Amino acid sequence: MIFKSKANKALDSVEDPRETLDYSYQKQLELLQKVRRGVADVATSRKRVELQIQQLEQQSDKLHNQSRAALGQGREDLAREALTRRSGLQSQIDGLKQQHEQLQGEEQKLTLAAQRLQAKVDAFRTRKETIKATYTAAQAQTQISEAFSGISEEMGDVGMAVQRAEDKTAEMQARAGAVDELLASGALDDVTGSSKDDIQSELDRMASTSGVELELEQMKQELGQGSGGSTPQIEGGSASGGQNNQVQPYRQGEGA
Amino acid sequence: MIVRIMGEGQIDLSEADMELLNDVDRTLEQAIESGSEETFRAALRDLLTKVREHGKALPLDSLEPSQFILPHEDATMEEVRAMLGDEGLIPDVS
Repeated sequence: MIFKSKANKALDSVEDPRETLDYSYQKQLELLQKVRRGVADVATSRKRVELQIQQLEQQSDKLHNQSRAALGQGREDLAREALTRRSGLQSQIDGLKQQHEQLQGEEQKLTLAAQRLQAKVDAFRTRKETIKATYTAAQAQTQISEAFSGISEEMGDVGMAVQRAEDKTAEMQARAGAVDELLASGALDDVTGSSKDDIQSELDRMASTSGVELELEQMKQELGQGSGGSTPQIEGGSASGGQNNQVQPYRQGEGA
Repeated sequence: MIVRIMGEGQIDLSEADMELLNDVDRTLEQAIESGSEETFRAALRDLLTKVREHGKALPLDSLEPSQFILPHEDATMEEVRAMLGDEGLIPDVS
């Protein structure tokens, strides 16, 4: 009803009501454009949040794997640290998923609003042409205000819907921006595992340590074989242990 | 009687439907007066659901104005309070 009175006011101020029809039609097309841009904006935000969720989930998987690896190596403390960070990440993911759902809702609402407005704008255009073709000044006011009343109400409603969607999206974009910054700064890498990924480097260190230990163990065994094994028997028991291994190839070399 | 749910579109309601809805409308009004967010949310959802159930969607290309306008489902109590007339959201037709 607010919208109706506005439309009537617009009518009063223009001399030839037919001009008002064209003017209003222009406004309708502009609004339609605006709604479509709104749909595109919301879709962009939705995709951005999707990407963020994906990135955070990757980090979360990584932490999960790290905690398993740590536990495998008997480092429960490290596994606990990884899982703690992972649960912090999870609450962020949950928040983003909620946002994603809201954005999907807004996108759907705006898409439907665009469809409704499009249908009404089309109907208005037809009506406008009919009025113009059969124009008599006496009839025009009533016909035109009839044509206006429905479309202006729709325009008011759609305009407000776009505004609501914009407000909501802007709010979410601000939050998404913060997450983007966090991702870009590498702070999240720190959280999940960089600087340069402290959990990972600890795991790497343990892995390389155990690798070294393993090698050492193997070497010891080889050496052990040398001292107590078969070689001295071939040598006929010269028996000065560890030195044998070095001595033997020497002799072979000399022999050749 | 043509009704608009903001952000959703227009719906055609019979007068019998209107009387049915007046009950829910009163509950909504009371909820707003008491300031209870929970009752308000439920009453608004209830009202809109009933309107959608009983009414018939107007063709999209209709250019008819609505007799009255209902808030969208996410509307805040403040928004709805601003829209309320003396007779609630739905005028008394009887």
